Amino acid sequence: MYVYDEHDRQMAAERVAQFRDQTERALAGELAEEEFLPLRLQNGLYVQRLAPMLRICVPYGMMRSNQLRRLARITRDYDKGYAHFTTRQNVQLNWPALEDVPDILAELAEVEMHANQTSGNCIRNTTTDQFSGVQFDEIADPRPYCEVIRQWSTFHPEFAFLPRKFKVAVNASEHTDRAAIQVHDIGLQMVRNDAGELGFRVHVGGGLGRTPMVGPVIRSFLPELDLLTYLEAVLRVYNRYGRRDNKFKARIKILVKALTPAGFAEKVEAEWQHIKDSPTKLTPEAINRIKTYFTEPDYMALENATDTLASQRFEHRGFDQWLTHNVDTHKKPGYAIVTLTMKKTGTPPGDVSDRQLEQIADLADEFSFGEVRVTHQQNVVLADVRQDRLFELWQAITPMDFGTANLNTLTDVICCPGGDYCALANAKSIPVAEAIQRQFDDLDYLYDLGNIDLNISGCMNACGHHHVGNIGVLGVDKKGEEFYQISLGGSSQHDASIGKILGPSFARDDMPSVVSKIIDVYVSKRTEEETFLDTYRRVGIEPFKERVYA
Amino acid sequence: MPNVISRDGSIRQDNWTVIPRPAEGESLDIPADQPALIPADLWLAGYDHFSGRQDIGVWFDSHDEPEILDGHVNELPVIAVNFPKFSDGRGYSIGRLLRERFGYVNEMRAIGDVLLDQLQFMKRCGFDAYVLRADKDITKAEKCLNFFSQGYQAATDTDIPLFRRRAS
Ligand code: HEM
Ligand code: SF4
Repeated sequence: MYVYDEHDRQMAAERVAQFRDQTERALAGELAEEEFLPLRLQNGLYVQRLAPMLRICVPYGMMRSNQLRRLARITRDYDKGYAHFTTRQNVQLNWPALEDVPDILAELAEVEMHANQTSGNCIRNTTTDQFSGVQFDEIADPRPYCEVIRQWSTFHPEFAFLPRKFKVAVNASEHTDRAAIQVHDIGLQMVRNDAGELGFRVHVGGGLGRTPMVGPVIRSFLPELDLLTYLEAVLRVYNRYGRRDNKFKARIKILVKALTPAGFAEKVEAEWQHIKDSPTKLTPEAINRIKTYFTEPDYMALENATDTLASQRFEHRGFDQWLTHNVDTHKKPGYAIVTLTMKKTGTPPGDVSDRQLEQIADLADEFSFGEVRVTHQQNVVLADVRQDRLFELWQAITPMDFGTANLNTLTDVICCPGGDYCALANAKSIPVAEAIQRQFDDLDYLYDLGNIDLNISGCMNACGHHHVGNIGVLGVDKKGEEFYQISLGGSSQHDASIGKILGPSFARDDMPSVVSKIIDVYVSKRTEEETFLDTYRRVGIEPFKERVYA
Repeated sequence: MPNVISRDGSIRQDNWTVIPRPAEGESLDIPADQPALIPADLWLAGYDHFSGRQDIGVWFDSHDEPEILDGHVNELPVIAVNFPKFSDGRGYSIGRLLRERFGYVNEMRAIGDVLLDQLQFMKRCGFDAYVLRADKDITKAEKCLNFFSQGYQAATDTDIPLFRRRAS
């Protein structure tokens, strides 16, 4: 994982001092509310329903155990003893006091953490696949490139006041897309060209929110060394020509649509021709240098623990289920990738207590070289667990509530904070997640249903990615009452698509039974191998409509 | 007379006046005894009249295209860029283009809604003179220009991004 050198440390310290100064000027009335707003947003500080809310950056989801312990201490000392894992691999605190924030930032900086650019109209944290570097089918480890982008985008002087926020995601696997790159402002898919050279396929103009869009390809192959100059060209075109007259039309997707993807690509190419050989062009040495931070940990030469696991499975049904669902294949023999699910029924998806943060830190030290990854599905991954210790790990996490064996099933819900915390909400989202989890509490039935993404957002801003849920739930306001609209058929994978609205919305109490009806249609129509999405794509929305509105 | 902040935070006064774009059908009202900044396209339109004058500079608004001055920039003693609202970041791109693409070497001045916390970005994008909004505390400019001792990227102020400095 990346470790700060003296340059990173110096800039992090200078940033803390700067924000302390800005906060003092704001509290002294020298900065008008609207002037302080973008400054605090660029430091992850929202003012929300209950209090300010601080979004702490976790670059591409990677964290060390000492950082988790520090977060735990901060939630205890400055907040109410818990934190929230977000759908952008970050961590959020819900109740810090404004005047404490500079001290919190200073504490974070001591463990190489910060809250820079986690909000506001700037380039946000770059996200990626939580299985980076440990899976079989990736073109290359995407994390060094994410780190390259992190450094380039941090305090970029030209792009601190963009028309709107800007999110970049990188994916490297050929078969899956755990980073949902096609619904980002820029999505980078790592590829090799015919000559075997490494590069990126560049999608621009995806996004959720009010006008959901799948990002079109604007360049099918960008050589790796050209990454930053090309990003700079895209951002410059956006900064100059993106709409600023209407907040709801200011995302880059609107510009790409207005110019057409081909027209937009042309403008970017023209800009890029001027700067492609500028000093911002990466060098092989620079990339190799960053790669040295992402080398393999000290794996032992192990065999797969097939027999041991088989007998443990046979004796413990719960372990068997967990191994099947929450444990993935590792590229190294004898190792496994474990996902700790933060989805226990009754706990808001992604919420963890200070104690749990420390437990995760201990687990990371004991089982996975002291590192974890946060996922955009609001879970936590231990990426390097020895197979012969999986049983021990499973026994340890079960009482901690991280062992719910529902990964990727219907109850592994992605859910935004919604009306319980967020001032923009039309409706609460957490209670809907919980009601659906209660309705589907039979694990065997869930397994029979297979992988289903259920995503819930409390309003059209789509923080819960409802458009790309196989089943999406959106909170709407009907004459002051909370209702929920359902969409079907969304996907954030390589076959990305935006879900289609089923019809009129429902009251909250009806949601579990409505979801049940949708599932019934799937079960009655599916063929042997079909997932929910396959069946939906084959039969279309009509059978679901007929059943639900019968 | 505006107070003008320099890159190093020092403060001086000069009497460059910004001449607003005249309404349709009206002509530019340029004072006789003061140097003036006029809209860049009008300078170009009146090129025969204005070129070579050391008391006439130009200004761009944030939606203007600096490309129109390609080949002429160094004929101007001052180019100003207007930030109509501090949150409008187009001026940063204009600044970099004027310096890095068109090779402008004379004074580049930030005008309009120029606040303390934007100075650091302006500095890195090639601005070397800043007219702070009048209600802001000009004595804090030096501090706000110097919060950071280095940056990650190449920009107008440095050709060498951190990844190249680290490698050497
Ligand atoms: C509680 C306070 C929050 C507020 C006020 C808020 C506000 C917003 C707004 C206004 C948008 C729409 C942006 C646009 O379309 O341009 C948005 C999108 C988004 N937010 Fe939040 N958000 C909040 C919390 C969160 C949290 C906790 C998460 C993670 C769980 C999150 C993740 C996202 C994501 C992934 C998007 C969609 C990105 C896209 O539009 O492409 N937000 N948020
Ligand atoms: S989707 Fe809406 S309700 Fe949910 S967190 Fe985002 S802004 Fe708030």
